[in-house]
Amino acid sequence: MSLKKDAKKIFKKGILYDNPILVQVIGICSALAVTNRMMNSLIMGIALSFVTAFSSMTVSLLKSRTPRHIRMMVQVLIISAYVIIVDIFLKAYMIDMSKALGPYVGLIITNCIIMGRAEGFAQSNPPLLSFLDGLSSGFGYTLVLLFISLVRELLGFGTVFGRAVMPQNFTKWTLMVMPPSAFFILALIMWAAYNLRTKKEKEGVEKK
Amino acid sequence: MIDVHPFVIFIASIFTSNMIFSNFLGMCSFIAVSKEIPTAIGLGVAVTMVLSFTTVLNYIVYWNILVPFGLEYLMYIVFILVIAAFVQLLEMVMERYLSNLYYALGIFLPLITVNCAILGVSLFMVARQYDFLQTFMFSVGSGIGWALAITAMAGIRSKLNENSIPEGLRGAPITLIITGIMALAFIGFSGMVQIQ
Repeated sequence: MSLKKDAKKIFKKGILYDNPILVQVIGICSALAVTNRMMNSLIMGIALSFVTAFSSMTVSLLKSRTPRHIRMMVQVLIISAYVIIVDIFLKAYMIDMSKALGPYVGLIITNCIIMGRAEGFAQSNPPLLSFLDGLSSGFGYTLVLLFISLVRELLGFGTVFGRAVMPQNFTKWTLMVMPPSAFFILALIMWAAYNLRTKKEKEGVEKK
Repeated sequence: MIDVHPFVIFIASIFTSNMIFSNFLGMCSFIAVSKEIPTAIGLGVAVTMVLSFTTVLNYIVYWNILVPFGLEYLMYIVFILVIAAFVQLLEMVMERYLSNLYYALGIFLPLITVNCAILGVSLFMVARQYDFLQTFMFSVGSGIGWALAITAMAGIRSKLNENSIPEGLRGAPITLIITGIMALAFIGFSGMVQIQ
């Protein structure tokens, strides 16, 4: 029963209060690079959730056997093993996606979210909880990615998941396809998220 | 793409396809460390150094060991190991012989291992199939481009301290917006030379 409660708490934390991108500002390299199309973001999000969840679990399983001073090295190796699995899977079943994401699949290894969860949570928690924790951080990341790419794809190409939604005479915003827009949109989302959070906190204080 | 002149790649990797402004690599430390100019320069120099050496090392390992044995799928693990080992080695050598610089860089050195720009340049080098000289120029250029970006950002941010920014925008969001404006400015270079 308590596991269910813990899981709920972990998910709330990963997606809302401790969202890796909006609150901790980590792992944004790939968040910016792959968000010009929604499909890319979705696949990237799933891949990252997979790697984070399983590497957190593995780190947690091995935590009592890993010597402390080489644990970073061990974590990096575990993470890259899972990234290789993702890469081979993409190459085998989704060759177009693999080409579109290019080197950014490999760059999941250096995504600070995974290291952060392994170091900050999995190192001192049981395997199942670590798995859920990794999954929730991955979901938080995926949601932000999808939101950024929704704005960019809608305004940049006039499509959502590759389907045309905007009217025929819609003028495409070329800027949205180019890198700068990713910076602007992420900054605006962070601003909005900050305001939402502080508003909630203030309300909480008043209620007390 | 293979017959691009190495010097063109050098210029292009500094300006038109800058690691930060057009490939979004190394953003984490870019945002965290760009508060003061001296530390930004220190990190920039360290990244440029590590980047140049590890990319060349990775080039040698990839084409001379991984490709002949058909082990390309191990690329990620091997690259990250080379980078981590090199950073560790550099740290030990610097502690012994250049202790001033070592203490000045201090915490940044180990952090370089997880800087996506380093691994990213190695992966781009493989994806674009550069030859040795092109790889060398690409890695040095990318390093300089990264250092240039972080130094410029630190300069802007140190001026920013005196301005009143909306509360929610302080810290990371405003840095992202400035980066976006700088990226717009760097797009102006894109007519000059173009590499993928």
